[in-house]
Amino acid sequence: MAARRYDSRTTIFSPEGRLYQVEYAVEAISNAGAAIGVLATDGVVLASEKKIASKLLDTGAVGVKREKMYKLDDHIACAVAGITADANILINHCRVSAQRYTYTYQEPMPVELLVRGLCDTKQAYTQFGGQRPFGVAILYAGWDEQYGYQLYQSDPSGNYSGWKATAIGANHQAATNILKQDYNEGLNMEEAVNLVIKVLGKSMDTTLSPEKVELCSLSRSEDTGKITYKVYEEQELKPLLDAANQEKEAGTSS
Amino acid sequence: MDFLMGMCCKDFVVVCADTNAQMSQILTIKHDEDKIVPIDSHKVMALAGQPGDRSQFSEFIIANVRLYALRNSRRLSTHAVANFTRNELATSLRKKPYNANMLIAGYDESCGPSLYWMDYLATLHKTNVAGMGYGSYFALSLFDRYAKVDMEEKEAVALMARGVQEVISRITVAPSDYVIKVVDKNGTRTVETISPGHVAK
Repeated sequence: MAARRYDSRTTIFSPEGRLYQVEYAVEAISNAGAAIGVLATDGVVLASEKKIASKLLDTGAVGVKREKMYKLDDHIACAVAGITADANILINHCRVSAQRYTYTYQEPMPVELLVRGLCDTKQAYTQFGGQRPFGVAILYAGWDEQYGYQLYQSDPSGNYSGWKATAIGANHQAATNILKQDYNEGLNMEEAVNLVIKVLGKSMDTTLSPEKVELCSLSRSEDTGKITYKVYEEQELKPLLDAANQEKEAGTSS
Repeated sequence: MDFLMGMCCKDFVVVCADTNAQMSQILTIKHDEDKIVPIDSHKVMALAGQPGDRSQFSEFIIANVRLYALRNSRRLSTHAVANFTRNELATSLRKKPYNANMLIAGYDESCGPSLYWMDYLATLHKTNVAGMGYGSYFALSLFDRYAKVDMEEKEAVALMARGVQEVISRITVAPSDYVIKVVDKNGTRTVETISPGHVAK
């Protein structure tokens, strides 16, 4: 009960030195659909679980088809976990800052700058009163000239960090543990895609299917030589998911 | 009567500027005013125009480039600096215009040396040879004939000196003193100062 007195304001420390509203926001994300990211030598893969599954839902409609994956610029994409409405605001913020940077310098924005810019906004909502923090954690996949492919994660407190493989949302702890075991240094895109699907399959309660999974990648296109954001469509996704389901089944029965 | 010229070769870029500070159209009050200012260790900006505008604008740009490097632990490329500068000049053109023309020269790890030409109306060009002021007519025709991308540094500096010679002999109100600087993978350095007409400074 002691916590209660310090709960209501987002910006006030409790006597133990904690910010409860921020911690609750982080907690809220743990119940949202998971998102997993893996860094490969030649690209980055993001996958997420779609929680909305009703046969009445028009999955082809704009805004429903892609629930959690967003392209931020030609060389940066992200996956979100948490309150989608909050995420939309942050996504817009990212896109504007990426274009503003390009306008000023006529060069693509370095990935970390974009992540940090957004985290400054997130942090502000934990310090200035009257508003609640953004209930969103984000995985960013990006490429820039200086550091190559990168994977970042950020949470409602405004902290961000770079990873080789990481997970946010429901069961992220379990997913991270599997990633720790199965991640090999120097894995390529194909292996990364398989790893991401495998981990997502284990952290979801149900079997994998194209209407529940979103998968995207960021890599250099062989045709154009440019960094390309690619979303896996159903016909390409299904065989991968089926293979993962079979493998999972074989693993549990033996 | 400021005079600037620059030339970009395979591994380096050379810039030359006069070093006269003028008080009016006809009076020179200083012979060692360095108009080629460093932006960072591998970039320089050579400026011509109103002395006040020149220093005000270049200091503003340099401070911003340094701030970017501190904030982000990375340097802006020459391309980014040139476009940032153009953006700032173009924004202020319709508010509080700066009368400053410039050459921006730099060396980047990723793409080697580069040279940009920009006038006070914020026209930006990436070029291999560039000139500013009345002297540029002679410098450019000289470059047209002799400049090659794969020149040695010595040859390039000699060609610059020849350009200066041409300016001095052809222009009635030619500046009396010049400096030549080189930017390459090792950074920026002054390679030559030319002051032919002086008995004593």
